[in-house]
Amino acid sequence: MFGDYSIGDLGSIFVMQGFAGLILFSVYVLMALGLAIIFGQMGVINMAHGEFMILGAYVTWMTSNLFQSYLPGLFSGYFFLAMMLAFLASGALGMLVEWGLIRHLYKRPLDTLLATWGLSLILQQAYRSVFGAREVGVELPQWMLGSLKVTDSIEVPINGIFVMGLTVSITCAVAYVIYKSRWGRQVRAVVQNRIMAGAVGINTEKVDRYTYGLGCGIAGIAGSAFTMIGSTGPTSGQLYIVDTFLVVVFGGAASLLGTIASAFSISQTQSTLEFFMSGSMAKVLTLLAVVGILMLRPQGLFSLKVRK
Amino acid sequence: MIINSRFFNRSELIGFVALGLVLFVILPLSLDVFRLNLVAKYLTYAFVAIGLVLCWGYGGILSLGQGVFFGLGGYCMAMFLKLEASSVENTKIQSTPGIPDFMDWNQITALPLFWQPFHSLTFTVLAIILVPGLFALIIGTAMFKRRVGGTYFAIITQAVAAILTILIVGQQGYTGGINGMTDLRTLKGWDIRPDHAKVVLYFFEVFLLFGCILIAQFIRLTKLGRILVAMREQEDRVRFSGYSVANFKIFAFCMAAIFAAIGGAMFALNVGFMSPSFVGIVPSIEMVIYTAVGGRTSIFGAVWGALLVNFAKTGLSESFPQLWLFGLGALFIAVVLAFPNGLSGIWADHVQSRIDRLVSSIKKKSGDWTSNSVADGAPAE
Repeated sequence: MFGDYSIGDLGSIFVMQGFAGLILFSVYVLMALGLAIIFGQMGVINMAHGEFMILGAYVTWMTSNLFQSYLPGLFSGYFFLAMMLAFLASGALGMLVEWGLIRHLYKRPLDTLLATWGLSLILQQAYRSVFGAREVGVELPQWMLGSLKVTDSIEVPINGIFVMGLTVSITCAVAYVIYKSRWGRQVRAVVQNRIMAGAVGINTEKVDRYTYGLGCGIAGIAGSAFTMIGSTGPTSGQLYIVDTFLVVVFGGAASLLGTIASAFSISQTQSTLEFFMSGSMAKVLTLLAVVGILMLRPQGLFSLKVRK
Repeated sequence: MIINSRFFNRSELIGFVALGLVLFVILPLSLDVFRLNLVAKYLTYAFVAIGLVLCWGYGGILSLGQGVFFGLGGYCMAMFLKLEASSVENTKIQSTPGIPDFMDWNQITALPLFWQPFHSLTFTVLAIILVPGLFALIIGTAMFKRRVGGTYFAIITQAVAAILTILIVGQQGYTGGINGMTDLRTLKGWDIRPDHAKVVLYFFEVFLLFGCILIAQFIRLTKLGRILVAMREQEDRVRFSGYSVANFKIFAFCMAAIFAAIGGAMFALNVGFMSPSFVGIVPSIEMVIYTAVGGRTSIFGAVWGALLVNFAKTGLSESFPQLWLFGLGALFIAVVLAFPNGLSGIWADHVQSRIDRLVSSIKKKSGDWTSNSVADGAPAE
């Protein structure tokens, strides 16, 4: 399969495909971070995660339209406000869902799966009724268009670089919140031993609600970033949900580092394979490899040692 | 213990007879052939739902990949029917006569090797049972021997469903792609499309369904069924008692897979086509809701759940297409939050207790001498 290409071409192909993989990786990481927080820290399977992401995407789309019609002068900076609004909208909806639905089901993890699936169907139909069944795309500000020429044969798109930078900063922020802040310490305490955490005076219910809200909020940011590289439809979220769950499980549920490592390996494998075969076969092979490895090592790449 | 000395207790017997009456007598007499064929389609999901009762309700293993087994069974059947429909005379306008039309469209010039054995009906029937059974055995062994369960198992089965769908859609030339296998005509020369064939197939399916119900009931009543329940409630204790928990789980999962495959095969026969839209993640989760609505531990409930949810789906999406997804979503949430035991739970809590009270008050009125003989378990009138 390498016969037709010279060494230099192959090098460029690997770099370009690697870069395409990095963009995929960024989306995976942003989606998986929220899911890893919810699933890893709380044990809740949030099948509606994709819909929280899409909510963020629609919020971004609405903000961009608003800026376009009322504040065209500030259009180049709309994205930062949109991202914050997306975080707040998805986070608020997440906390509402936790209060109305999830908190009744903490003892029945499989049932949260069914209930959140029902929620995802309702949200999908709601998006379809409100925004229409057609996919919408946001208009990118001028500075995000175009691409950066690294060498003659290697070009990288600027919006891709932006999404990657965003991913890195969000990941650092989440790592800081979870591992360094006072609230993050409470979250980890609740994960390790809910009863003891309650006994030392942590309001575990409140921690749960904010953790869920944070996870959904990050999904909203993921959706916001998603609009930079693709268009958004009512069912776009569902396309990613299984992949994202595999990323989280493959990484080891309670480990942020594992999530990042697994998102990296899965996205790189897939985008590299995609060059040599059809996209569907690349996906099949990647998923098969992940499922195969999970059968050999069910705890995932990085596992947290906790006494249960 | 008294319950186990008989195959059916009284209320189960009533359930069995009622279901038999509805499926064998009332529905065929009251519906036209088109609607009866719809019921036959719904009932194919009842097979899956019964399997899920064993695997999820009793064994506590939630599989979100039942569509995989439904699809494998359905595709095995569809491959046989498709080969019969693609005889040389029927396909003489193709550039390669004698192979299915979608292969011809995809420039495949010879029948692939794995298609060859599906010329034989015996092989096909065996494959419908064995292919999904073996596949479930492999997945189950790999997962349960390593004590993977619960949510992890659910996610991995879901991934398997995603993989199979992508594979079927991607390999158009071998599987018919997104359109699936359409235009299935005859079974051993017997046309499956006209109305009288639909009626015959309906009754054949209901017979098979009752066969599966009896098998499931048998499993439920033997020691095996009780171990499954024990495992669901306290897995470690069962393990400490010396039972191999993994083997029992594998068994339950394989039985569920085989039931689903039978349902899939009947789907291909009754509906006349098979496509990847019955394999993937969405249909697989919908199959779980049939069981959940019926009551996850009730075999009859599963059949009712499959029928009712599908009737509601057809009815709602015919008249208010917008409402159906809202309704289905609300159904998921309501079943989980408010009625974890589904219809059979509502029946047992609200209806059954009233009937029992009524029966006992009638008994009191009619004097003491009859109550002894009635209470001794004469089946319901």
